[in-house]
Amino acid sequence: MEIPGILSIAIFLPLISAVIVAVFLNGKTARGFALGASIVELMITGYIFIAHKQYDMSEKLTTWFPESFPVQYFLAIDGISAPLILLTGLLGIVSIFASWNVSERTKEHFMWLLALQGAVVGVFTSMDFLLFFLFWELELIPMFFLISIWGTGRKEYSAMKFLIFTILGSAFMLIGILVIFAGTGTFDMMKISELMPNANLIMPIGILFLFMSIGFAVKLPVFPFHTWLPDAHTDAPTAASVMLAGVLLKMGGYGLLRVSAGMFPDQLEKYAWVLALFGVINIIYGAAITIRQTDLKRLIAYSSVSHMGFVLLGLSAVGGGITSLAMTGAALQMFTHGTITGLLFLTIGFIYERTHTRHIPDLGGLARRMPIFTVSLMVAGLASLGLPGTSGFVAEVTIFVGAFPAFKIATIIAAFGVVLTAGYILWMIQRSMFGPEKPQFEQIGDATSVQVIPIGILIISIIAVGIYPAFVSDVFADGIAQLLIMTGAN
Amino acid sequence: MNYIDLELIIPEISMALLAGLIIVFDLFSSNKRLLVPLCLIGLLVPLFFCIAAAQESAEAGFMGTMQVDDFSIFFKYIIILATALVILSSATYAKRFDNHQGEYYSLILLSATGMMLLASATELITIYIALELTALPTAALAAFIREKKSAESGMKFLILSAVSSAVLLYGMVLLYGFTGSTHLSDIGTAIATQLSGSAGITDHGVLLFSVILITAGFGFKISAVPFQMWAPDVYEGAPTPITAFLSVASKAVGFAIILRILYMVFENEALSSDWTSMMAVLSAISMSVGNLIAIKQNNIKRMLAYSTIAQAGYIMVGLAAMTSDTTLNTSGPVGILVYLAGYTFTNLAAFAVITAVSESSGDDSIDSFSGLIKKSPILAGIMTISMISLIGIPPTIGFMAKIYIFGAAVETNLTWLAFVGVINSVISAYYYLRVVKTMFLNSASEQSPIKPSVGPLSAAVISIVGTVAFGLYPRPIIELAREAISTIVG
Repeated sequence: MEIPGILSIAIFLPLISAVIVAVFLNGKTARGFALGASIVELMITGYIFIAHKQYDMSEKLTTWFPESFPVQYFLAIDGISAPLILLTGLLGIVSIFASWNVSERTKEHFMWLLALQGAVVGVFTSMDFLLFFLFWELELIPMFFLISIWGTGRKEYSAMKFLIFTILGSAFMLIGILVIFAGTGTFDMMKISELMPNANLIMPIGILFLFMSIGFAVKLPVFPFHTWLPDAHTDAPTAASVMLAGVLLKMGGYGLLRVSAGMFPDQLEKYAWVLALFGVINIIYGAAITIRQTDLKRLIAYSSVSHMGFVLLGLSAVGGGITSLAMTGAALQMFTHGTITGLLFLTIGFIYERTHTRHIPDLGGLARRMPIFTVSLMVAGLASLGLPGTSGFVAEVTIFVGAFPAFKIATIIAAFGVVLTAGYILWMIQRSMFGPEKPQFEQIGDATSVQVIPIGILIISIIAVGIYPAFVSDVFADGIAQLLIMTGAN
Repeated sequence: MNYIDLELIIPEISMALLAGLIIVFDLFSSNKRLLVPLCLIGLLVPLFFCIAAAQESAEAGFMGTMQVDDFSIFFKYIIILATALVILSSATYAKRFDNHQGEYYSLILLSATGMMLLASATELITIYIALELTALPTAALAAFIREKKSAESGMKFLILSAVSSAVLLYGMVLLYGFTGSTHLSDIGTAIATQLSGSAGITDHGVLLFSVILITAGFGFKISAVPFQMWAPDVYEGAPTPITAFLSVASKAVGFAIILRILYMVFENEALSSDWTSMMAVLSAISMSVGNLIAIKQNNIKRMLAYSTIAQAGYIMVGLAAMTSDTTLNTSGPVGILVYLAGYTFTNLAAFAVITAVSESSGDDSIDSFSGLIKKSPILAGIMTISMISLIGIPPTIGFMAKIYIFGAAVETNLTWLAFVGVINSVISAYYYLRVVKTMFLNSASEQSPIKPSVGPLSAAVISIVGTVAFGLYPRPIIELAREAISTIVG
């Protein structure tokens, strides 16, 4: 069955729902409506994921701008973006459930969540560079409000830091986009890949590659641009943390894959060692800092820095012969990290709702009081450290196998990151959930039935991808193969 | 002179007549409430004549001193729109002027008449006279409130405007002495022949000096650094709608006449390479100075005064991007027009909200916006979109205009300037978002809801609809701007 305009629907359903929530609804009706919208959105993204191979879903509207400035409304989907859209749909619904108990300014909260979701889907489906940039920037404002209104701690500072870092990165990206346009005369991302080798660029291509990559590196984030992340994650409300770690960081990885690898294959090969180097720094430095954290959310935030290092390492292996395997691993790592860290932030958010503290030494002995949360935290934690049978294992192994021929030493060092991960995850769970029970937590209860739903969704997807990774990885592999053919790298 | 030429300035004549009519009506009628509707209906007449003139081909008249073409009509649209919105947002504000309301409105209309003449003037003396007609009513308007600050504002504007006129006049005199004509087209031809022959370096120097003087004269109008000193004080002291008028219409016309002079007189290759670099430097300085000083302002009108200096800097990027190598490039000037149109909508929305808020709070500090989201969600929403547009974040016309103008800079090898521009946008995000933060996060000292009066509210709504609609579909403005520019580029 072909549905015309399905990609536009996927983008505009959440955006228009956000407007409806803002204008017409209030309180609990807003919440119900947002849930309904996100369920439909999940179905749409699921449909796109399954059906994108069967027919050409791309949509193109060339009359948006005059020919002299040929920005197009051009949406398309391939193996790289399809799983990420599905991930957005999944975490979208999870984030609605995560904010089920938000009582302060309820309507606004759901409005921004929906707007955020629409913008992110826009980023993953845009095939016009300027449209891509438009959605990239559009996502900032909802996240800014989510952190600064419903956050905790130094929320205003963190929200501003998040915003300034991101637009500083996108400032570089914008210059890059404009230079590419001046050189190729088009914003069409597919055409750019073909035209780049013969483009008449006004700046050295190495610098252009750097400019584009900085924009994505801030988002991923890559050391030393990562400092916004712990603040933003720690102070964000649960739903925003889930979306931030689960989907927004993936925009950086997606950009690196689609733009840095897809348009600059030669440059990527030339500077692969830089990527590998920063990948290893991210992995080890991130993990080392994580161990020292005493705030649950900050701990998970730093672990994201470490895990995103694997994505970088996977992307760097382009020059080593087996090009597509490590890249597929990197893409898979993005997907699995989305579900795993989403679950971690979700569970921690729920626990915090009850204990009112995230300080690990203050917690302890919660396992008996909250068995569901404990199980959920353990599943997510074990997946995060790469236990076989979970999705985390598949992604990391694929990256190691793919990257080893290209960067032997870097891969070996990176493998130690897994050990560190095991250390901080297990230690964290042990200190916060087990041990002697504390009197102040005697009254608190376990997950409510509403809270079990998002936990269930995420646990199922983690285990499912762990047992049958081909469900996602084949799609990624397919998309990456196409990307490499297009750039002529293979 | 042929009296048929009169039809060329019918829009101006009808505007001046409207001003007279308002005064007379004010004399004989005690019902001041009818003034605003009368002005708005009256403005339809010049608008109608402008639309009618747009259907015909460009025509010169009054012995070549005036030229009505798509370029001048574009600016007349902006002027009429700005005048109408300013009058609309003055509806309740002007009540404090009691018996002088008639003068207030007719002075606005007279100033607008001068601006419209300026937009089609093509001869130095006409330009000068139109400029004075624009400036004198504005000085009176700036001093319209009977208090110290407003008087200071009017006085400052009058004196500095006179000084800048003197500088401008001196530049014009040099030009006349060098070429023996006051008509822009004749001057252009004379310069071309003189420079193409025995291009004496001294002649070149004289011409360059006159460019500098003329730029200094108009630099005052567009409040570009280093001619910006007047702006903050005048903006702070003047009645808020007049500040809006100054920041939008007066600036647009300043750019109109600069574009015309630069294109008709100084487009010569030997000169343009010099003045484009001058514009590039002035532009970079304007944005940086404006944005950096705006950060510490606590009065919203003062903050927007510095913001307008920075915005002038962004627009001047288009002036600097007028030539690439040897051929004239049109995307820079088109970008200027698009930006000015966008800025008109955006800034008028902001000032309409400020007018509405200050009516209830009584002062113009940024703190008076505290908790506006609770007191009046619609005003807070409009102000937020307006601030987002000023930063250049989608889905607003500010984003599109910035992309277009920075794109022109990159096309003409001014990547460094585009870079300064985007970095400045990042800096500006900080203080624009401070206003947003104040509205959404700070709690107000008193919680009574604000009920904005019809005038400012409708002005704000109209402007913000323009901001968003053209942000989503900028093509009409771009097409109009392209036609306008094509009439002045040979």
